[in-house]
Amino acid sequence: MASFAWTIPLWPLLGWLLLGTLGGRLPRRVVSFVGCGSVALSFAASLLAMLTFPGEPQTVQIFSWIAAGDFSVAAGLLLDRLSLVMVLVVGGVGLLIHIYSIGYMAGERAYSRYFAYLNLFMASMLLLVMGSNLLVLFVGWEGVGLCSYLLIGFWFDRERAANAGRKAFIVNRIGDAAFLVGILVLWNALGTLDLRTIAERASTLSPPVMLTASLLLFVGATGKSAQLPLYTWLPDAMEGPTPVSALIHAATMVTAGVYLIARLFPLFTHPITLLVISTVGAVTALFAATIALVEWDLKRVLAYSTISQLGYMFLAMGVLAPAAGLFHLTTHAFFKALLFLAAGSVMHAMHDVIDMRRLGGLAGPLRYTAVAFAIGALALVGIPPLAGAVSKDMILERAAEHAAAGGSVLPLLLGLLTALVTSVYITRAALHTFLGRPADPQAHPHEGPPVMARPMGILALLAVFGGLLGAGLAGAPLLRFLAPQFGEAAHVPAAAGGAAPTSVATITSPLAIIVAVAGVVVGLVAYRGRRDPDLGMWGRLARSHFGFIHLYDGVFVPIAKRLAWTLAGPVDLGVIDRAVNGVGALLAGGARGLRRLQTGYVRHYAAIILLGTVLILAYWVIR
Amino acid sequence: MVPLTYYLVLSAVLFSVGMTGVLVRRNALIVFMSIELMLNSVNLTFVALSRHLGSIDGQLAVFFTIVVAGVEVVVGLAIIVEIFRSRASVNVDDVDLLRG
Amino acid sequence: MLSWLIFLPTAGAGLVTLLPRHRPGLVRWGAMLASAATLLLAVRLFLAFDPAQSAMQFVERRPWVPALGIGYAVGVDGISLLLVMLTAVIFPIALLSSWGSITEKVKEFMVAMLVLETAVLGTFLALDLVLFYVFWEAVLIPMYFLIGIWGGPNRTYAAVKFILYTMAASVLMLVAIVALYLAAAPPGERTFDLLRLQEAALDPGLARWLFAAFTLAFAVKVPVWPFHTWLPDAHVEAPTAGSVILAALLLKMGTYGFIRFSLGLFPEAAVASAPLLLALAVVGIIYGGIVSWAQPDLKRLVAFSSVSHLGFVTLGIFALSVEAMQGALLQMVNHGISTGGLFLIVGVLYDRSHSREIRDYGGVAAVMPRFAAIFTIIMLSSAALPGTNGFVGEFLILLGTFRRLPGVAAVAATGVILSVIYLLWAYQKVMQGPLTAKRPEHLAEVGARETLLFVPLIALIFWIGMYPTPLLRRSQPSITAVLERVERRAAAARVSGSVACAEERGAFQSAPRNPPQSSRPLQSASLTLCRQHHR
Repeated sequence: MASFAWTIPLWPLLGWLLLGTLGGRLPRRVVSFVGCGSVALSFAASLLAMLTFPGEPQTVQIFSWIAAGDFSVAAGLLLDRLSLVMVLVVGGVGLLIHIYSIGYMAGERAYSRYFAYLNLFMASMLLLVMGSNLLVLFVGWEGVGLCSYLLIGFWFDRERAANAGRKAFIVNRIGDAAFLVGILVLWNALGTLDLRTIAERASTLSPPVMLTASLLLFVGATGKSAQLPLYTWLPDAMEGPTPVSALIHAATMVTAGVYLIARLFPLFTHPITLLVISTVGAVTALFAATIALVEWDLKRVLAYSTISQLGYMFLAMGVLAPAAGLFHLTTHAFFKALLFLAAGSVMHAMHDVIDMRRLGGLAGPLRYTAVAFAIGALALVGIPPLAGAVSKDMILERAAEHAAAGGSVLPLLLGLLTALVTSVYITRAALHTFLGRPADPQAHPHEGPPVMARPMGILALLAVFGGLLGAGLAGAPLLRFLAPQFGEAAHVPAAAGGAAPTSVATITSPLAIIVAVAGVVVGLVAYRGRRDPDLGMWGRLARSHFGFIHLYDGVFVPIAKRLAWTLAGPVDLGVIDRAVNGVGALLAGGARGLRRLQTGYVRHYAAIILLGTVLILAYWVIR
Repeated sequence: MVPLTYYLVLSAVLFSVGMTGVLVRRNALIVFMSIELMLNSVNLTFVALSRHLGSIDGQLAVFFTIVVAGVEVVVGLAIIVEIFRSRASVNVDDVDLLRG
Repeated sequence: MLSWLIFLPTAGAGLVTLLPRHRPGLVRWGAMLASAATLLLAVRLFLAFDPAQSAMQFVERRPWVPALGIGYAVGVDGISLLLVMLTAVIFPIALLSSWGSITEKVKEFMVAMLVLETAVLGTFLALDLVLFYVFWEAVLIPMYFLIGIWGGPNRTYAAVKFILYTMAASVLMLVAIVALYLAAAPPGERTFDLLRLQEAALDPGLARWLFAAFTLAFAVKVPVWPFHTWLPDAHVEAPTAGSVILAALLLKMGTYGFIRFSLGLFPEAAVASAPLLLALAVVGIIYGGIVSWAQPDLKRLVAFSSVSHLGFVTLGIFALSVEAMQGALLQMVNHGISTGGLFLIVGVLYDRSHSREIRDYGGVAAVMPRFAAIFTIIMLSSAALPGTNGFVGEFLILLGTFRRLPGVAAVAATGVILSVIYLLWAYQKVMQGPLTAKRPEHLAEVGARETLLFVPLIALIFWIGMYPTPLLRRSQPSITAVLERVERRAAAARVSGSVACAEERGAFQSAPRNPPQSSRPLQSASLTLCRQHHR
């Protein structure tokens, strides 16, 4: 590996060290410079690595990290096609959002703390995608979870933010525990944690081991990528600063689960695992999209949208289309980051108001933001030729082929249905926020500074043209780049030299576009005049997350709390400790009983002496 | 000649009388005299057996006993006098400081 | 060198007694100097230690009561080395932490601490059972006074409970030591020397009873669930420095005893009883984690988290694999650092607000940002976040356990979730949210002295988290040797017991039964054979 390549995660780490130790004493301009500069350096190194990439995967073992008994693992980095794509997406989107943050967080007191956390996040995320073995990956994996916790709870004096951060960490940890056991299963079976070796040797695993390991890792992925049933933390995570939502909770960290599956794709090819992944992905996609329909908080709408889009990516993995999933990951990073930054721009202009009932009519004063939001929304909906259209269609095509080849039909059907719902909810959000009359005539919103506008502009361009990365017309550079990684599963389009699609797939694409347009029309009609139609029982169901809220907040958490209090009070103090003190009391009681013998009367002592003598004599006589 | 058994029986009777005295009487002086009685009953046994066995050891032991009894009288009476001074009583049941 | 190390603190204590009582500053510096000198000596030992050897090094032997076979024998191997280092690092920090909070009877306090350091070091280094027992019980005396004199309002109850509970179990060990002494060799050849007793052939029935007595004494000290109830009480009442020493070092004496004595002296019985101890360990991990969550008192919370963490250590020891025991040893060090750090944190808060109740705090991070950063790092180390020391230890324990008992490791892994739940909960209630702490005007940011307390701990957290090799390398040969002995003896017992099935017999007989000390490759070969057999 070229020597500069392994510095990719190093720069943000140094930035964190500098800002974390000295940040409070540095002037703001220096903090901004260090915070963004470190990411820029890392992005530059990534670009350089891309340009000089020789085609073969490259690893570097920096030092031996842990060695005990038969186990040894190195702190190693891996640079191959997959990690290069991820590094570029993370670095590029990350850099834009860092720059945006200069404007968004300008008035913040803990400015340097914010950039320190953000840099730590970048370092962890880059480590995650560059780690050469599962354990280094796990360091990044938990590291991004930590940064997510720190940044969601950035305004820790707000109870809601602190709660949300804690929830995110705990739910992530539940997935991570499964991930950890999965790592143990893999090491036990293969004797190595090296990612490429695992991918190579996955086919030699016995089916039960393969199934166990892949499902455990998948549970980890559902935690990080907010899939059912571990999705609850992501909507709450919107308590964090909006650039954080854009970076961590839309573009990068939440896609780590998708990356994990792509990275170890051969391991996940057990039929049951594939079925589980595609089903969970498809159901989550529709589930979250439905909730987005009834949500009033603009950022939370986007959060549910992210969960839903991540569902698409998992769906792609489950129908054996990892390259399509990664393509969608890339385009989604562009347009969802754009949507979030636009939402951030709205919050910036409206002094942190984010409830759509208190917004409206912002298309006038915030023309630039409105256009950016519209581009993002159209890309999300899937209107050709915008980025989302190409990648989403590709996933649906693969789902159709999968169904035609005898696989489950569910992913295709739910995928199409989700496309419809997606169009409706994002149309609703756009209408409520930007059209109609302003809810608060007193507000005088104005656009943010150029430092916020420019990154949005670049992201808008990416959201428009990002589709070219995978479009057959443009030669599908991304897919062809990834082809050696996935072989057949890369599905390079026919126009770019790949295999011709089957007849089923050719009709899926137009169908998806029709559905998307239909959704927009439905949305425009249903939400005209900025009024929500009554959805009746469905609305109530969606608002309660189809019972999941009750299940978690009404069942699991109270049971766990009750258990903790029962164990701490009645069991620990009442049984175990009482048993200990009981032994002591028993001894004390025995002593009290024996004390009665000491009457203090000389006569009694004499009588006892006599009695003892008689007994001894009697013993002698009788013996 | 008086048989040995008579001495031993007499000694046993004396000892029992002394024992009973120690157990039932409350006056410290009487208890004290009872103890002396018990000691002397033992002395009687020693002397009788010494004569019976033709050994001087028993008589030697008697001398020891007499000395011990004398010492006991000195210490014991001193204690009793001291108790009488502080409590104006020689009743042994009044002295129960060691009760648990 | 080892004797110097052991008795240097006591010598320091002797000098401290000569210092004038009315100059507490001088007394503090004197005590600090003594423990710092001990640390220097320990660092020299660490560097001079030969990592390739599994045997005891720097052994010193002198006759003590030759008529009874009692000797003064000390020595260090890779296992005790790490614990000696931990002791030498923790004591100066604990002393420094008391500078602000101990203002009465300073001299007595310092003397007690230094005597305690000698006793702890002696416990880890003794190679003679009588000497070990003397040091083991000697630890109780200064600790009793630390809790009983400088403790909280309910200190008498806690001190008495602590000393009676641990002493009751230790007395059983004393009986077992004497029984072992009598049973191991014929009159005239009897000895209390640990290394010679390890080679003794014992009647299996007797060995089981002796193992039970030793292990019970250690289990109370660790404490293994359900022998843990003295711990929260003792911690709550102890002064900060006492809590730090108690958690960081005294509990390790129990787990050290598991390795050195339970496994070292009675391998066959240990293998037979391992399932029971593993079960208790897992119960402790889960139970401690859940109960921590329901504690209203910060110190009780940390105390129960210790039960959970030491459950991991016990699990690693009795999983009987090299990786797990390496992890367990490292986790002993880690727990000393992170839990010691957590008690220091509670101490910092207590010094300001004089409360340990979680509900008396809230939003502290707003006024103490540097303290918040320190708290976060130490909390994450305790929660075993990758990159910090806790992860390396816990991961190795789980890995080594998983090789032999996948189900047990999977259940234990849920402890990873629990630790985050209670730690983050406590952190949020104390540090986050609006500033609702009682008497917020007292909540001054940590000063230079207090920051200095945490700097070495944080450095160690990241060092061990990212580069544990210097530690693991030194302990590896000793741990391999311990397990190799256990494996060999247990295999021999199985073969002679004729319970072994035919293929088992074949597998074990093909392994060299009594390899000479010098043939390391052979030893490890036999170990891998046994291991593969176990898969």
